[in-house]
Amino acid sequence: MASRLTTSNRAGWGFALPGFGLIMMFIVIPFFFAFYLSLTNQRLISPNPTEFVGLSNYDRLLSISVLTIEPEVDDTGAVVRDDDGAPQYPRVRSFTRNNPDYPEYAGMREWFRWHSGDTAKVVVATDVVFWKSLRNTLMFVLIVAPVQAGLALVLALLVNQKLRGINIYRAIYFMPVVVSIVVVSLLFRFIYDGNDGLLNNILGFLSFGWFEGRDWLGNQDTALGAIKAMSIWQAVGFHMVIWLSGLQTISPTLYEASSIEGASKWQTFRYVTWPGLRNTAVLVIIVITMQAFALFAQIDVMTNGGPLDSTTTLVFQAVERGYGKQDISGASAISVVLFLIVLSISLIQRYITRAR
Amino acid sequence: MAAINQDNHGLRLAMRYVVLTLLAVVFIFPLLFMVMSSFKPDLQLLRDTSSLRAFLPVGDISLNNYYDAFARAPIGLFVFNSVLVTGVTVLLSLFFCSLAAFSFVYLNWKGRDLALTIIIATLIIPFETIAIPLLLLVSKLPWIGLEGVQIGWLDSYHVQIIPWIADGLTVFLFVQYFKDLPNELIEASRVEGATWWQIYRKVVMPLSGPVIATAAILKFLVMYNQYLWPLIVVQQETYRPVMVGLQYFFQLNISWGEIMAYLTIITVPVLAFYLILQRAFIASIASTGVKG
Repeated sequence: MASRLTTSNRAGWGFALPGFGLIMMFIVIPFFFAFYLSLTNQRLISPNPTEFVGLSNYDRLLSISVLTIEPEVDDTGAVVRDDDGAPQYPRVRSFTRNNPDYPEYAGMREWFRWHSGDTAKVVVATDVVFWKSLRNTLMFVLIVAPVQAGLALVLALLVNQKLRGINIYRAIYFMPVVVSIVVVSLLFRFIYDGNDGLLNNILGFLSFGWFEGRDWLGNQDTALGAIKAMSIWQAVGFHMVIWLSGLQTISPTLYEASSIEGASKWQTFRYVTWPGLRNTAVLVIIVITMQAFALFAQIDVMTNGGPLDSTTTLVFQAVERGYGKQDISGASAISVVLFLIVLSISLIQRYITRAR
Repeated sequence: MAAINQDNHGLRLAMRYVVLTLLAVVFIFPLLFMVMSSFKPDLQLLRDTSSLRAFLPVGDISLNNYYDAFARAPIGLFVFNSVLVTGVTVLLSLFFCSLAAFSFVYLNWKGRDLALTIIIATLIIPFETIAIPLLLLVSKLPWIGLEGVQIGWLDSYHVQIIPWIADGLTVFLFVQYFKDLPNELIEASRVEGATWWQIYRKVVMPLSGPVIATAAILKFLVMYNQYLWPLIVVQQETYRPVMVGLQYFFQLNISWGEIMAYLTIITVPVLAFYLILQRAFIASIASTGVKG
């Protein structure tokens, strides 16, 4: 630290206490509180005393299993097939409900299935919606983090050119960042609308009417993708500015040297620019990843998790259960799972990008 | 030869501007659509989305949506709530976080390094992971108000303000900035017999303009755009901020023109503020990057 004049416990504590105390009270304590609550049956408002229930919340969330189902056979031992020749299977329900032979599947529901030969492999889970929200959240992060970081870098390189009026472009690209994501989400409901949405009209126009409109948010296959695209649009300017600040720390003499050496544009980027951006890259990726895992407002405003849970996320589920259904303990368990994922991913990112 | 080269150069320059401008259109068109639509009656608004008219102030242009929006919802109250909560939080945050950072950088006390480590560690906790436990916590906290002691902070201004005053990033920004200030200044004032409080107020803070601007802008953006937290802690309309007030427009017959008018009212002042202070906004985001 800068100076160690004298030990001044009283002034030191006095100055730091309000800020430190507030952080302890409203960030650190709730954080540990989440771990504790996830081990109880706490509800927001309840006449009954809270009980300690061990890991049962996690057990319910995380129980997942693969059920192998053989097709039905008739008396001769031949597989029963429908008119199209597809084998007929007993219903999953017959394994998961009141079947004493399979107690480990009790209460589970089908998430998805695949076939190997005539055998069906069915993935069953107690809390299918949780697994869907986990998958959606991971898919969101997996696409948004690299794409947004990459596009932001491209924009940063573009606005780092020495051109007249370049500041205006920079200011415009950054503009959506200051607009609330709630406002942006509402506007994009118009853009993605199935009937007369702007996007359908633009694509129809560009393809000379060949493109048939679709309901981007109403379709399981496109809803999450549409939200990803919008989220990137809204936040890319933020990361452009962070890249830009990284670009501007690279010494101009390095560029002069590479131009004297006759390096191509790509070589200059590869051997001068990119090594100089190393620390910035680590920061950008970590920040985007954390922001992406927190996906909530877009879902709440645009789809409410639908259609068919195809856009539900961990945070959306935590809020829906903790606030909507007053199930604080279940929501806390989701929050803890989310935090552990964020923590391990940022540790992995730090390990991969560590200074060598 | 020279002429050809020059043409080539001119062409490439033009191409660059074309690319830059197309991108600018991509970033601007939803906002332009919002503002233009706010002046149009619903039927026309929906019809116009099929052509470029969506981005032009044409047809039946009026302020009717604005009148209707004000008639439908207490917009003035929502804006007041947001401005109050944002303003108070930003001011308290600047004060308490800079004071703590001052103590971390200049004073030497028992437990200091541990406390700072804890604060830096909180940077990895996304708010969304603590929102629900925090909801339970604030619903049980006592509050001494005009009507005596009450249990529970829900439905109030303070529940929107107090948890947001101190945060790791703001403290961290001040710590980084204070570390770079010349130490001699502080030592000289100390020799002259100034108290730590005087040094904080008269020496350090007057030199901290840039970091104050950075911290204030970042906090402003977070606070004005709050959504999840007020959504779960505020039920009563009296305390609702602008983003949650939006729900009003989805009750009963939805009018998209009114919604666009409301979105314009709550967004355009921020955009104007941003365009005026554009350099400061961008510098503040950039400084979080350089320091990291």
